[in-house]
Amino acid sequence: MIDREQVLHIARLARLRLDDQEVERMAAELSGILEHVEAIGELDLEGVEPTTHVVALENVLRADVPAPSLDRERALAGAPDSASGSFRVPSPQA
Amino acid sequence: MSAELVPTIGLEIHVQLLTRTKMFCGCELEFGAEPNVHTCPVCLGHPGTLPVPNEQAIESAIRIAVALGCEVAPRSGFHRKNYFYPDLPKGYQISQFDVPLATAGRLGGVRIHRVHLEEDAAKLSHVGETGRIHGSGASLVDFNRGGTPLVEIVTEPDIDDPAAAREWLALLRTTLRQLGVSDVNMEEGSLRCDANVSIRPAASPELGVKTELKNMNSFRYLERGVEAEIARQREIVESGGAVEQETLHFDPAGGTLTPLRSKEYAHDYRYFPEPDLAPVAPSAAAVDAARASLPELPEQRRDRYEADLGLKPEVARRLAFDASLAAFFEEAVTAGSASAPAALANWITGDLVALARERGLEPAATAATPAAVAALVGLLAAGEVNRGGAREVLEVLVRDGGEPAAIVDRLDLGAGDPDELAAIVKRAIEEDADAAAKVRAGEGKAIGALVGAVMRETRGKADGGEVTRLIREQLDL
Amino acid sequence: MSDPRQLTVAEALGEIGDGSLSADEWFDAYAEAPDELGAYLWRAKGAGAVPTGGEHGPLAGTPVAIKDIFCIEDVPTTAGSRILEGYAPPYTATAVERLLAAGARLLGKTNMDEFAMGSSNENSAFGDVRNPWDRGRVPGGSSGGSAAAVAGGLAPCSIGTDTGGSIRQPAALCGVVGMKPTYGSISRSGMIAFASSLDQCGPLTRDVRDAALLLGALGGGDERDTTSIGFPEPIAIPGREDLEGLRVGVPSELGLEAEGIEAGVRDVFERAVALCERLGADVAETSLPNARHGISAYYVLAPAEASANLARYDGVRFGMRVEAESLDEMYELTRSAGFGPEVKRRIMLGTYALSSGFYEAYYGSAQRVRTLIAGDFAAAFGDFDLLVTPTSPTVAFELGARAADPLAMYMSDYCTVPMSLAGLPAISIPAGLAPPDGGGPELPVGLQITGPAFSESLILDAAHAIEGAVGFDHRPKLAEGRR
Ligand SMILES: [Mg+2]
Ligand SMILES: [Zn+2]
Repeated sequence: MIDREQVLHIARLARLRLDDQEVERMAAELSGILEHVEAIGELDLEGVEPTTHVVALENVLRADVPAPSLDRERALAGAPDSASGSFRVPSPQA
Repeated sequence: MSAELVPTIGLEIHVQLLTRTKMFCGCELEFGAEPNVHTCPVCLGHPGTLPVPNEQAIESAIRIAVALGCEVAPRSGFHRKNYFYPDLPKGYQISQFDVPLATAGRLGGVRIHRVHLEEDAAKLSHVGETGRIHGSGASLVDFNRGGTPLVEIVTEPDIDDPAAAREWLALLRTTLRQLGVSDVNMEEGSLRCDANVSIRPAASPELGVKTELKNMNSFRYLERGVEAEIARQREIVESGGAVEQETLHFDPAGGTLTPLRSKEYAHDYRYFPEPDLAPVAPSAAAVDAARASLPELPEQRRDRYEADLGLKPEVARRLAFDASLAAFFEEAVTAGSASAPAALANWITGDLVALARERGLEPAATAATPAAVAALVGLLAAGEVNRGGAREVLEVLVRDGGEPAAIVDRLDLGAGDPDELAAIVKRAIEEDADAAAKVRAGEGKAIGALVGAVMRETRGKADGGEVTRLIREQLDL
Repeated sequence: MSDPRQLTVAEALGEIGDGSLSADEWFDAYAEAPDELGAYLWRAKGAGAVPTGGEHGPLAGTPVAIKDIFCIEDVPTTAGSRILEGYAPPYTATAVERLLAAGARLLGKTNMDEFAMGSSNENSAFGDVRNPWDRGRVPGGSSGGSAAAVAGGLAPCSIGTDTGGSIRQPAALCGVVGMKPTYGSISRSGMIAFASSLDQCGPLTRDVRDAALLLGALGGGDERDTTSIGFPEPIAIPGREDLEGLRVGVPSELGLEAEGIEAGVRDVFERAVALCERLGADVAETSLPNARHGISAYYVLAPAEASANLARYDGVRFGMRVEAESLDEMYELTRSAGFGPEVKRRIMLGTYALSSGFYEAYYGSAQRVRTLIAGDFAAAFGDFDLLVTPTSPTVAFELGARAADPLAMYMSDYCTVPMSLAGLPAISIPAGLAPPDGGGPELPVGLQITGPAFSESLILDAAHAIEGAVGFDHRPKLAEGRR
């Protein structure tokens, strides 16, 4: 049901790199799960509203009042790579 | 053939809201701060953190929506827009999707498709080569800006030339500035504009394939970028090709357009409703109150200038669509109760703007105060200085400021005593009886010699119109 | 003095109150017990070395184990994932703050399935957790470490998170009490997200009374979580001994007709239902016709939300990174090395379900099934005050038994997922022992009691009555000595 190409496409969207074996296994496992999931396709869902939140709340907002920020050292403390007070990454333009 | 191809332009504008704190956390907003000094676990996307919407941002967005004549949705929600980029800490942007905050507005003859709220990305700066094997550079991420409240405004494709796009954006900027909801500064990025451009045969009702021009960060670049893209599309179509849908980056230095993203991976944002946030449901009363609290907006102001002050449409528009110029004008009108608003408007939009521009300034930033300009126009109307003299006084006002009457005296630009002028006219007629006779005989051009003589005598200070009137009066014409 | 590790929280607080136990003794008895179950990922050094909110709260001096999914400032927090190895959060989860404010003391961080994805705790990047009843078996998951710690004498109480059964199922498999309260009753701030619309924090304890004690401390609205509203009324300490006047429904789809239900579990469940009747309840069969689609809807919604929630693990701001020349390579290598197979599977599943062209068929439909299931519960609660089902179709299974078949593993949550989809409160209490199908040792079986939203006090009261009548006093043999 899900083929190799689809697995590779989805992996790419999710920024996962799968080796050939993983791709094969993923295709089989996802197909099996989706087959089970597709049972809901047989339900008559016409006119049924989707549920996004089980608690019916609206307009839960915060006043525009500043709260303390982190010290920069603390903000950067867990970063795998930082420089000049910033988080450093390989260039997206590379 | 090219004349038959007409462009269609739609704009997508991102406006940073002028709130104290970010959209979903309490970090302060400050332009130009040291990198990463305004961050917290929420806006760094730390595990377990949750967004909490800024009430003021929602109020400001509603204010924008009603100012643009939109219908505000009674209930809209947030969605997650999923993609990976280092300036996006959570791997998704919280935005609005199927039901935006507001739709169906209009500004300056351009229809507004939608207005929605979202959060800004962080600032990514590309630094040089790192000297690694492939020479790929590195980038630095500063999350100070990340999470700034943004309002995205999308127009319908109702604009038909680059200059009009630029003018419309200026109107939008003035409108937003008037609302006090944003700095609307293109250089600082608080106002950003993308354009969707397509061309089609004039007779075709169907729009052509559009391209998207990204982030043209000044009014001039917007105009030039759109111009360049229209030219590029014309060339493709005229040489028998087909325009491809793509995103282009305008390089102002070379005036060139380059594809921004490779088409290898089509974007698939996998939007879905944001489970962490409750819907936004402004009450009808709140929307009405927002509408009632709107200040006078540029279009209304233009109408008032035309109807109540008798300004010509073009002058009314120029003043009304420029908030600071309009404020200057209104202050001058108030200060100079005696002078006609139309004359003031002409002086402000004409000579004053020109003189200020020579110095690279807005009129309000020069030394000339609205009251002084009003006083000057008053002197001119009373015949106490002529047009040329007034222009000289204005130059001084712009440069040094001061009081017009005093400047007129100091520079000896006064038109002088009316009786004295009448006497000079009388003398000129007596001294050039020949010319006087010709004028009497209906030879209109001959009056020039008499006027010239008077002007020489007054060293150019007399008002030309007044001199002509006096000559004709004294010749019983 | 009795062995402090045999006491419930309420009993220990009583002994501290009358001077027969000191809080430090209580704490150190746990802190020094050897962890032979792999229940902990991080442990406090001793009573003196941990933050506490003070001596006067309702939990003053109570040692508590925290699932490693909760951020605690400067305490290693991994959510069971390699990708967060070495991460020490700059802030503390609200639920933990509330416990500390009530006087609790941090015992340690418990092992779990990576990002709470699993039903056996075999998906932890840092090793399996063993079931204290039989160390060759799983403790359940994803809050496996929290359940095993309480059952195995390594903590008097703990907190976990439940997305589709992750508190209730391990509680059942380890023979302890585990409660998932109403969605929105406890703040999710600082609780590392798996599926945001389903995740909820809750207690794992030795008895129902302790569950109420912890729940009372945990609940409350939080300005850091816009979906949290707290409990409408304070949680009462349960004291009820009967079920007189209560209408108890037995939904056939999740009861005796539940998919994959073991014979032993069925027997214990039938006895528990009979017991409810003896306690005075009006018991009748009822139906939740769409509940059997719960797993399908759940395995669309939860992975979809997870695919977005786990996008932030990208090697930029925290956690691990695999260095690479290009950005995309760095992302892919980091995420591929950092996430385990089950997490990758669910990210893939969720990404697929949301991808262009599939949204309506999967996500949209699943959200609608969710509406139907919530509707089924609403209808049932028109006729009944509470519903009872088995918590898990099976007793604890052997390590590795389901590792190769994700779908079989997903079926572990068959009876617990519908309540999660509807946001309803449910508790699992030990109802007896039963052997697995095919034979083996007698192992705990859980009874799940579900009520309408915010009916926690009623559920706890009923659970207290049933608990007393069941008289479940079996305990696994505890490891002895100091660590
Ligand atoms: Mg946008
Ligand atoms: Zn922040």
